[in-house]
Amino acid sequence: MSAFEPVLLRRAAVERGTELEVYERTGGYQALRKAIGALTPQQVMDEVSAANLRGRGGAGFPTGRKWSFLPKDAPLKYLAVNADESEPGTFNNRVLIDADPHLVIEGILLCCYAVGISEAYIYIRGENVQGARLLERAIAEARAKGYVGKRILRSGFSCQVHVFRGAGAYICGEETALLESIEGRRPQPRSRPPFPAVVGLFGKPTVINNVATLASVTDIVDRGADWFKSIGPATAPGTMLYCMSGHVRRPGVYERPMGTPLRELIEEHAGGIRDGKRLGFVIPGAAASTALVESEIDVAMDYDALREIGTELGAGGIIVMDESVCILKTLERFAKFFRHESCGKCVPCREGTVWQHRLLERLNTGLGGASDVATLKSISEQMNAKTLCALGSFAAAPQLGALRKFPEHFAAHAAGGCPLKVPAHA
Amino acid sequence: MKPVTRARIADVAGRYPTKRAALLPALWAVQEEEGWVSAGDLEAVAHALELAPADAEGVASFYSLFHRSPPGRTVIDVCDNFVCQQNGAEALLEGLCRRLAIRPGDTTPDGRVTVRRQECIAACHQAPAVQVNLEFRGPVTDADALLREIA
Ligand SMILES: Cc1cc2nc3c(=O)[nH]c(=O)nc-3n(C[C@H](O)[C@H](O)[C@H](O)COP(=O)(O)O)c2cc1C
Ligand code: SF4
Repeated sequence: MSAFEPVLLRRAAVERGTELEVYERTGGYQALRKAIGALTPQQVMDEVSAANLRGRGGAGFPTGRKWSFLPKDAPLKYLAVNADESEPGTFNNRVLIDADPHLVIEGILLCCYAVGISEAYIYIRGENVQGARLLERAIAEARAKGYVGKRILRSGFSCQVHVFRGAGAYICGEETALLESIEGRRPQPRSRPPFPAVVGLFGKPTVINNVATLASVTDIVDRGADWFKSIGPATAPGTMLYCMSGHVRRPGVYERPMGTPLRELIEEHAGGIRDGKRLGFVIPGAAASTALVESEIDVAMDYDALREIGTELGAGGIIVMDESVCILKTLERFAKFFRHESCGKCVPCREGTVWQHRLLERLNTGLGGASDVATLKSISEQMNAKTLCALGSFAAAPQLGALRKFPEHFAAHAAGGCPLKVPAHA
Repeated sequence: MKPVTRARIADVAGRYPTKRAALLPALWAVQEEEGWVSAGDLEAVAHALELAPADAEGVASFYSLFHRSPPGRTVIDVCDNFVCQQNGAEALLEGLCRRLAIRPGDTTPDGRVTVRRQECIAACHQAPAVQVNLEFRGPVTDADALLREIA
């Protein structure tokens, strides 16, 4: 294996690496000192823009550009940090927080410094009690040392950081539902415009970023945009926390340069398919992405390369399945998930997810026919990009992708049988 | 409601720019102190935050983690999403439920254990993944061993 050095997970194997003392001893809070001591907020923002950092939450939106949308002169602005992480197949936020909570907090402070934000909320899914505890403890340690709170490092920059726990609802990861959740309302996405950069949390201009995006900022400020751009492709530099799960020998999170070939991730890092079986298909960007087959896995795992072949990187949740797994059963389970998690605010998503699930159940129990396949297609098309938030498209995309790529599997199910002979309730 | 619960609600009520924003923190405080969120306690939270009880109920009911009836002393959440399913989650659920003679979602009559199905808990590398009173475990394949451990 190459001599690549992990960045975000470099303290994962360090003893007591989550504690402030160790963090400081290994270079921690140097970026914040540098920013406050030697850089203007605009210079920090420019460095992040120059680094071409793209959001790790799924859409890959350029972070510097996002920050630049906030009005400069607004007296009160917020940062909402997205640690909701609930899409089947993704778990890198959790691993990152467990490994290095201070790296996340330092990135948060740098964002707040650059954008002129005085209040940050880390929204963490309610199930992740351990992550919330680690973050709370890290914030308390940082506050005691003057990194968080009023007049940070005796400068004019003040910033409070709060942990806010969700309570079990996937939709809260959608950025405007997340804001509603913090505000104590039913977490249903808002219609846009206005965008959160103008009217966000508590009606104030708000940045929403994923925890891994913000953790990446720390080293961009510390080591510079040129260093960052030396890793991975120019269009999407930096490292990615690839989540490997499913039928691989060594499931886990692997930090590698963005654009690492999928084959290398599966075969070298995750140890290949277990139990002597062969690869069936790979879901490269968690539940909302289109599955890939063996002939496609030399693809570079970055936003653009995957979009070119009709799928998505998302937040890097790579689910590897062996040859025994039925794609329609897989789709049925994801359809059930989206049906359960649809917030019900728009009709195409609320009704469409129910229909998708029902149709796949029919096809998987041998009760379906060719007309069900056609209905699945037309319903999924009607959901795609026609809803208030992206959940509708998330639910539609893997279905449409599979209908295109595995027509023979749908045809076989429509004729009453699974080509892999997988029983209906396996 | 215990005095400590009341005090925690009063404490979070003043922490955010609006009282309403303290709703989830207050409900967590209730659940942590009282074990679950009863209708009466939810009403007390609504009152403290100046919300209509129906309004607070409408928010609380959206979320899956608040217990609206008393749970068992140990709550076992088994992820049954795709990756865990492919790694034996159904067999684990079946094993747990057979031993305890309950169905997923139920609590044993002696109030000892609740077993629930859960959507993905962000632990796919630990499949089949479980949370025991919200602490992560996995891979968990042996139902008997898990039950012995929590006994
Ligand atoms: C249904 C749905 C769920 C989402 N869940 C998450 C999530 O758990 N974490 C996350 O960072 N982004 C999630 N997103 C994307 C966010 O809306 C948002 O784009 C992201 O947090 C922005 O951060 P970034 O620019 O740093 O990537 C979700 C989007 C949708 C539509
Ligand atoms: S697309 Fe679905 S989840 Fe999103 S707002 Fe509409 S109903 Fe809610």
